Amino acid sequence: MQECGLVATDIACRRGDRILFRGLSFDLSEGEVVHLAGPNGIGKSSLIRILAGLLRPFAGTVERTGGLALSDERLALDGHEPLERALAFWRRIDRAPQVEADFGLADLLDVPVRYLSTGQRKRAALARVAASGAPLWLLDEPLNGLDTHWSCIAQAAIKAHCNAGGAVIIASHQPLSLDAVKVVELLDFKP
Amino acid sequence: MIRKLWPIFVRDLVLLTRGAQGRGGAVLPLLFFLAVAMLFPFAVGPDARLLARTGAGVIWVAALLAAILPLDRLVEPDVEAGMFDQWALRGISEEALILVRIVAHWLSFGVPLMLAAPISAGLLSLDAQQLWTVEVGLLLGTPGLAAIGVTIAALTAGLRAGAALGGLLAIPLAVPLLIFGAGSLQPGGEGGLMLLGACSLVAIAVAPFAGGGAIRAGRE
Repeated sequence: MQECGLVATDIACRRGDRILFRGLSFDLSEGEVVHLAGPNGIGKSSLIRILAGLLRPFAGTVERTGGLALSDERLALDGHEPLERALAFWRRIDRAPQVEADFGLADLLDVPVRYLSTGQRKRAALARVAASGAPLWLLDEPLNGLDTHWSCIAQAAIKAHCNAGGAVIIASHQPLSLDAVKVVELLDFKP
Repeated sequence: MIRKLWPIFVRDLVLLTRGAQGRGGAVLPLLFFLAVAMLFPFAVGPDARLLARTGAGVIWVAALLAAILPLDRLVEPDVEAGMFDQWALRGISEEALILVRIVAHWLSFGVPLMLAAPISAGLLSLDAQQLWTVEVGLLLGTPGLAAIGVTIAALTAGLRAGAALGGLLAIPLAVPLLIFGAGSLQPGGEGGLMLLGACSLVAIAVAPFAGGGAIRAGRE
């Protein structure tokens, strides 16, 4: 797996005329998991988008090395296509080597994406991230809608990715059952 | 880059031609275009000379309005679904994506219009010479209409009244194409074709940057 890492320095985020957080710094290197924690509305999703480079921070810088994959509330899979073809579209763009990550989607491959349930969608998004071959994963609420069983399997996949030399940033209001997680509590950076 | 853009182009073309996710596909603008040509003689009467004199202009008005029909579904669904975000993460520039979409949009709307033009010409009793000029004009003008359409669609993606606003914004930008396109059919108006091509080129040159900038600005 290619090298990856992320250094966020002194990030501030403004939505409208409100500063959500300021002075946030952390770094992430290979094999690590960072958990961005905090209550609803504290700016976890905005921070994920800032880290992904999709949103400009109000202040501060983000330095990334290595490719990244994002899963947020937007599924980015064509709703009318069967799941298999929707995932194949991204595989054709990414051309990454096939990965062994089973999210229990084998039975759903011929189901159009729009018929998938909330939990199934989440698993499809994780499968898209895993198949991208990118070393750095940014996951926004990856466990939302997953039952206990799939929540365990998803976290196992995250762990396996880290063991293989990847790095993961998880924004979630839920506690994670992963060990050796760096927790960044966003409330600490509230102005 | 090309390797990554090719699957995106294929997807764009299939979605815009066949229609899905609330996209109408290529059939709706085509039917609209033919319906105008069919209804016009009912409204002004069957006088062949009058039809031949005004018909070419009607074809151009119909083409312009047909171009506006699919506007609100051109870019919006993919912004909404997060496709543009995912493409950006993979290092594909918005400008390239917009250019790809313009080509796909033109193939799914400009080419069918050119294929339908002979039918319209028959309904409006244009002669072969006029039909030829219309076809050349559409070949030169529809890429410009496609470029304007995709730009406006990118600008209005995510706005609540995007569909209505899109039409209002596109019409003034498309007026030069209409003037030169219909003008080229007047006696001695062959120079209009050159100006039509020039307008199209300007629209195509500006569109990727305007549309790409609009997509990026929409993320804020």
